[in-house]
Amino acid sequence: MTNSIRRLDYVLLAGFVALVCLPWYRLEAGFFSLGWLSGFPLDQTSAPAVVEIGLHAKWWLTPLIVTFGVATAARLIRQPERRGAVLAACGAFGLIFLAVQGLAITFNGWTWAWTEALFGPLSAGQSSMGAGATLTAILFVLLFSFGLADRGVMRGDAFVVSAISLLIFLVVIFVFYPVISMLVAAFQAVDGSFDPDGFIRNIQDPSIWSLDCVIGGNRCGVAWRTFFLAIMTATGATAIGLCFALVATRTRFPFKPLLRILTILPIITPPFVVGLALTLLFGRSGVVTEALSWLFGIEPGRWLYGLTGIWIAQVLSFTPISFLVLIGVVEGVSPSMEEASLTLRANRLRTFWKVSLPLMKPGLANAFLIGFIESMADFGNPMVLGGSHGVLSTEIFFAVVGSQNDPSRAAVLAIILLFFTMSAFLAQRLWLSGKSYATVTGKGDSGAHISLPRPLSVGVHAVVLPWIAFTIIVYGMIFFGGFVKTWGLDNSLTLQHYIKAFSIGWRESGSIAWTGVAWNSFWTTMEISLISAPLTAIVGLLTAYLIVRQKFVGRGLFEFALMMSFAIPGTVIGISYIMAFNLPPIEMTGTALILVACFVFRNMPVGVRGGVAAMSQLDKSLDEASLTLGANSFRTIRKVTLPLLRPAITAALVYSFVRAITSISAVIFLVSAQYNMSTAFIVGLVENGEYGVAIAYSSALIVVMTVIISGFQLLVGQRRLRRENRVNIPGRAAAAPAAVIKEKAA
Amino acid sequence: MIKTAPGSVVFQNVSKTFGAFTAIPDLSLTIEPGTLVTLLGPSGCGKTTTLRMLAGLEHPTGGRILIGGKDVTMLPANERDVSMVFQSYALFPHMTSLQNVAYGLESSGIKNREARERAEEALKLVGLAGMGHRLPAELSGGQQQRVAVARALVLEPQVLLLDEPLSNLDARLRRRVRTEIRELQQRLGFTAVYVTHDQDEALAVSDQIIVMQGGRIAQKGSPRELYERPASAFIADFMGEANVLDCTIVAIENDSTVVDINGVSHRVPTVAERTGPAQIAVRPSAIRLEPSANATGFSGRIVHSAYLGDHVEYEVETGGSNLFVVGPVVENPLPPSSAVSIHLSSQGIALIGA
Repeated sequence: MTNSIRRLDYVLLAGFVALVCLPWYRLEAGFFSLGWLSGFPLDQTSAPAVVEIGLHAKWWLTPLIVTFGVATAARLIRQPERRGAVLAACGAFGLIFLAVQGLAITFNGWTWAWTEALFGPLSAGQSSMGAGATLTAILFVLLFSFGLADRGVMRGDAFVVSAISLLIFLVVIFVFYPVISMLVAAFQAVDGSFDPDGFIRNIQDPSIWSLDCVIGGNRCGVAWRTFFLAIMTATGATAIGLCFALVATRTRFPFKPLLRILTILPIITPPFVVGLALTLLFGRSGVVTEALSWLFGIEPGRWLYGLTGIWIAQVLSFTPISFLVLIGVVEGVSPSMEEASLTLRANRLRTFWKVSLPLMKPGLANAFLIGFIESMADFGNPMVLGGSHGVLSTEIFFAVVGSQNDPSRAAVLAIILLFFTMSAFLAQRLWLSGKSYATVTGKGDSGAHISLPRPLSVGVHAVVLPWIAFTIIVYGMIFFGGFVKTWGLDNSLTLQHYIKAFSIGWRESGSIAWTGVAWNSFWTTMEISLISAPLTAIVGLLTAYLIVRQKFVGRGLFEFALMMSFAIPGTVIGISYIMAFNLPPIEMTGTALILVACFVFRNMPVGVRGGVAAMSQLDKSLDEASLTLGANSFRTIRKVTLPLLRPAITAALVYSFVRAITSISAVIFLVSAQYNMSTAFIVGLVENGEYGVAIAYSSALIVVMTVIISGFQLLVGQRRLRRENRVNIPGRAAAAPAAVIKEKAA
Repeated sequence: MIKTAPGSVVFQNVSKTFGAFTAIPDLSLTIEPGTLVTLLGPSGCGKTTTLRMLAGLEHPTGGRILIGGKDVTMLPANERDVSMVFQSYALFPHMTSLQNVAYGLESSGIKNREARERAEEALKLVGLAGMGHRLPAELSGGQQQRVAVARALVLEPQVLLLDEPLSNLDARLRRRVRTEIRELQQRLGFTAVYVTHDQDEALAVSDQIIVMQGGRIAQKGSPRELYERPASAFIADFMGEANVLDCTIVAIENDSTVVDINGVSHRVPTVAERTGPAQIAVRPSAIRLEPSANATGFSGRIVHSAYLGDHVEYEVETGGSNLFVVGPVVENPLPPSSAVSIHLSSQGIALIGA
């Protein structure tokens, strides 16, 4: 029996299980509660597909069983190519049919009028897909993949074909389907019928598009305000980030490690925390406001609550990101270019303006676009500081959760936001790609970067030093603020906020009682993050493996589509998830699963990038050697690729874990009473005016994440120590494997 | 002791294109079991692509590949009974040499202990007994190379593939290792397909050499056939340098041919098919230069000479093209611009296409 028949047998066996042994539809109590076993298999809610067809008149499921039957018959075809064609056709048809019947028939029968006219009304509708349907969908993907593998696609490697198909399947379900659902929702009335009125009304709404502020007088529409804010934030963050990068690489600044720490801050800071700290400084009862009022009698104003405040908070938040991007750009300018300029009689100032800066331009544009996208997508800071002068992301939120509850408006706003960020993303990918002058080659480029000319150096320091001081004060406020009783009114120190959030008591039975208000969301956050981090790493690295190591048609498009999901603002993801996954055929809102799915597909691109970078350094012949030694590609990944990628895996794990903890924009739409996340809980506290507890909780989160990151770094560091130790063992010439790998790749 | 069951290799009208680029237009060849066959050619001639198709790392666009009589055209690499020694060795840097060698055995489902024993035996076979605990980074280049060979051989494949296995070794080691590989192949009797661009290596190790050019077979034969009876000027030049001269075949005799080169008649020990204009390959060492005073051969003039320790190289201008000549070290080398007469010896001269 060949491999190809064996794997087919597994799928057919699993198909039998999916159709006969598992409840087809979604169970209200959840699959894992196992309460459904009592009524199984005849009870209508928990019956498997065969029983649903036989007893409960779900005749439209019949083709799925027939498809599996055809696939079983195809097992007898001897010739792999012909068998492959039949299997691939079965898989594709099954998948499409499953999707179509799910979309066409919901609770109350036909979704669309024309299908009802065609087939006649149904006696009963169907609920969302459950365990059996999910397994069936996956099996169809596998059938399709195995069929293609039998036909010699991807050199007949069933694992690779299945991995690509499953990834595309998942991205379609969790990225494209929600976004498309949202687009559709913009044109639907509440009952689901086609109704462009809402779209037309909203897209022309002057509160979105008004340009009054330009011609004087009133405020501009929310779209323009968000756009201007993003331009301002991107400009500010890029300019300051460039100053930081210049200080870090072109001066003898004594505290460069401090700058490195600064780059970690945005990763571990929940996005609204900077806004919170700013209110403590400049809010109506902030320290600075009160001091000014007391010293000079300046009336405390509300200037912070609006675009100005959001702008300051965003520049503070995103400068480190821009710094991180620009430090590579500044270092990437070849020193020999600058040295050439110097030998051509240009002084250092002229060299900087005429050579170095023009060479950095594409990098600066890139940093600007990243700042633009980040600002557009930011939800936390506008939420805390925006007040009634919201931006698109907060307007979307209030359009669904507020009193107005207008899904069509939310969808329209989300489309506008998506349009802005997508344009920036496309500009970044298409216009900037290939324009970089940064010359990082393997060859040593001797020579050192020239230091900045004196006036420029002074100017750059004049920006950087106050900004560092400002950042330190802001973060100081966060930790200090948690210990102050009532900010501005009663500045005595207290532990009451921490006690309220994190107190622990003892039950009479002797077990620990988590009495603090924060514990519930804290443990949920930890649980969800711990579940989603490894999944994110797996999906991200698997994708990276496919992109780097496998050649297939549409690879570029595949990569592009995956990276695109990174440019979809969290708010848009959030709103599209509730629009897509609230009704059949797929219903997930209110579960932990929807949070996990959201995190996995939002954070995956980072894992992909890290994995691509790490994997490009591994010599391809290592994979091929493993294949010719009889290992299949799954074993190759497990035994060869993964062990060599350990640092990249660690990075992906840590990053996705931390991102899951700090994320707010998408999460706030998806949390439920049962599964509330820390960030959403904190924003709730802020809305209720409980600043003390909110800040105490935030600083606790920052501390937890710092501990986790340092713990991981300690682990990675230890690995290096062990290697160094080995050098001392006589008779063992040790060299870092990474160096070897690079040598071989060269 | 490792015993390999040698298998034959057959390519039937195999073609391979990468996008718009055709690497192999139409290739048919047969490799007898138990022989070592070299694919030789300049870079980009398709020899590595051929080898990778045999390994299953590339799949042909058209045609069939048979190993040991079985059609493997669409079989993935890990299901073929071949193994490969890579140019970079591709030893897994995180595994010891023993783990590297045992890797393939474990992949084929052999139990840990047995795999270990057989891996140790294979290491012993290549002269690395007791080195099993070392990581690849802790081995010398030659030792790494032998681990790579052991790792491929331990699977007892029908065909062993070697992709420029010596190119990462220095010249002295290269000579020793190629002798070892040949000796191992003859002792164990496996079929081997060996890719190289170095004709010395090919001549030293092969039973058969297949010279490839532009994805096609330019000539196939034993080392001696290729060297002495090149099918084209390309082969003559590729198999050790050669001066290609125009000549006229004057007469064909029982076991030799008489040719006329620049008016001087010469006897070549091969039998041509017909008289008339032809080309002849003359090895640099088959040319003897004498001062023109005692002129019996055709004449030329020294353009340039270089002293290289054990021989002297000359560039000689003749009527048509310049000749490259390797001469013995003499007390007084011929000075540049001096006129010389050119004599051909009977060895090292071949009619092209004969």
